[in-house]
Amino acid sequence: MADLVQLKRIATQVRRDILRQTHYAASGHPGGSLGCADFFTALYFEILRKNDAHFSMEGKGEDLFFLSNGHISPVWYSVLARSGYFPLGELATFRKLNSRLQGHPATHEGLPGIRVASGSLGQGLSVAIGAALAKRLDGDDHLVYCLTGDGELQEGQIWEAALFAAHKKVDNLILTVDWNGVQIDGRNDDVISLGDLPAKWTAFGWDVLHMHGNDMQDVLRGLAAAKARTGKGKPVVVLMKTEMGYPIDFMMGTHKWHGVAPNAEQLENALSQLEETLGDYPYVEKYQPEGA
Amino acid sequence: MLDQLVVNGKKATRDGFGDGLLEVGRQYPQAVALCADLVGSLKMDAFIKEFPDRFFQAGISEANMMSMAAGLAIGGKIPYTGTFANFSTGRVYDQIRQCIAYSEKNVKVCASHAGVTLGEDGATHQILEDIGMMKMLPGFTVINPCDYAQTKAATIAIAEHQGPVYLRFGRPSWPVFTENMPFEIGKALLLQKGTDVSIFATGHLVWKAVEAARELAAHGISVELVNIHTIKPLDEEAILDSVQKTRCVVTAEEHQIAGGLGESIAQLLARRMPLPMEFVGVHDQFGESGTPEALLEKYGMGASHIVEAVHRVLARK
Ligand SMILES: Cc1ncc(C[n+]2csc(CCOP(=O)(O)OP(=O)(O)O)c2C)c(N)n1
Ligand SMILES: [Mg+2]
Repeated sequence: MADLVQLKRIATQVRRDILRQTHYAASGHPGGSLGCADFFTALYFEILRKNDAHFSMEGKGEDLFFLSNGHISPVWYSVLARSGYFPLGELATFRKLNSRLQGHPATHEGLPGIRVASGSLGQGLSVAIGAALAKRLDGDDHLVYCLTGDGELQEGQIWEAALFAAHKKVDNLILTVDWNGVQIDGRNDDVISLGDLPAKWTAFGWDVLHMHGNDMQDVLRGLAAAKARTGKGKPVVVLMKTEMGYPIDFMMGTHKWHGVAPNAEQLENALSQLEETLGDYPYVEKYQPEGA
Repeated sequence: MLDQLVVNGKKATRDGFGDGLLEVGRQYPQAVALCADLVGSLKMDAFIKEFPDRFFQAGISEANMMSMAAGLAIGGKIPYTGTFANFSTGRVYDQIRQCIAYSEKNVKVCASHAGVTLGEDGATHQILEDIGMMKMLPGFTVINPCDYAQTKAATIAIAEHQGPVYLRFGRPSWPVFTENMPFEIGKALLLQKGTDVSIFATGHLVWKAVEAARELAAHGISVELVNIHTIKPLDEEAILDSVQKTRCVVTAEEHQIAGGLGESIAQLLARRMPLPMEFVGVHDQFGESGTPEALLEKYGMGASHIVEAVHRVLARK
């Protein structure tokens, strides 16, 4: 079990990975990825009960995670690599031709750790519910985790899934919402307001919890609390307050960094705000897989 | 004719949509626009600035947007919906089918980022099946312009056209070369007269076909190059006139071979004038992340692939 200091160090390195991946790809989505780095680190290095030896699509006897807001793939790729799903150096291929690290997560190229494609928003929660139902049928008492964006909650399918999960008492499921208050065109409240979000989930029959997504200690507390609420007849949702772009000074307080890569100068500035704790992955133009 | 083709820099076709939409707003007070959280990508800012009351931000709710557009059309408005091509079609196919196509509503479904040339976002976003889906809907007009100028002209022309339209365009910066050419819905555009082979191309691949035709000319092969911007209704007479003369055909499109422009032309020829034909497009595959040019090459849609297809079809003549 990693301690708090170590988890923070990992999250800092993950943030460097996010900035470097998007910079070298000259595209991608750093904003939401940075905001969710603490959550992903906690999930993969502390919370998930997973089989570290090898990745299996079925994931029997393991907790599963589904990323519905697939555009924040850089943060997922970083924690997957750093927790051993594939070689760290492969991060250098992000968004390049012939890469397994597609712009949006995909199974098509066989990247370990990914179980379904996402990128078209609004679909991941339904997949997670299906996987949770399969676990229930198999008598597998492991949990299914899912992350969505908040803008993503504007998709009707999310609420179809929400109704279903409550009705069928899918209580082996923990949904986290990246509640950063922004999306591509601006603040949620200016695009289409989510209104009283906690009240909506409560009205839909979910058990609603809160946590601060950019405070590692609170993420650990929040996820542990969520875990403790599973198995009680209700699906669980954690509304996670984050800041898009956290903690890079010039990336916070705006939606502008949703889908823009930092240029060389911006990268340098951003990296200067994050200690290289575990060592950067080597960036090379032409990555050679190990043993190839 | 191609040697006289004037290329006026590069611009994205989606910029043509944005500029055309502003014109539409000025000419047609009943025109309204909707978008699903992609205002900047669709270049709709100028319209929104000038006509804030006639713009509806739908949020990330494409299904809702499409059916609302049908309602606006019932009220006599001319709704233009804007989002990526994937979310304009596959995502909302039943909403379009029932509320717009079957109900005969005057909605303009405007779709950016079509095909592999959207690049790094990858296959989840690179729709290659949309022409097929949309041309199958009874009563739909399907237009895939080839450059900035043609997209702008088409955006304006569809306002005058009564009935549902699918307007497909893309993300990358692309050569602009039709500025001084006419645009009429349903009318093929002859870019070069020729005698050996007819190339029918649509969308971004029209430029690739221009490059191919130039290379073929250098090898003494005379290409008749025709831009088919309107895939439905197809300009059957123009196609037959051309093929009558050249006796063989290559089609080029940034789309699956199944369901695309080539398939429509093959059906026409099978009925009226069966002749050797080759198809440039995607062969039953999904795309992936990469740069637009690298992807066109990898998936068989570069100029060299059109040249090869011409050699193959000439050998079968
Ligand atoms: C169905 C669908 N519609 C539109 C998009 C384009 N898109 C990608 S991310 C995004 C905004 C998502 O907002 P949010 O969920 O809040 O994520 P954040 O910007 O906070 O990372 C949009 C509209 C998409 N990927 N899928
Ligand atoms: Mg958000």
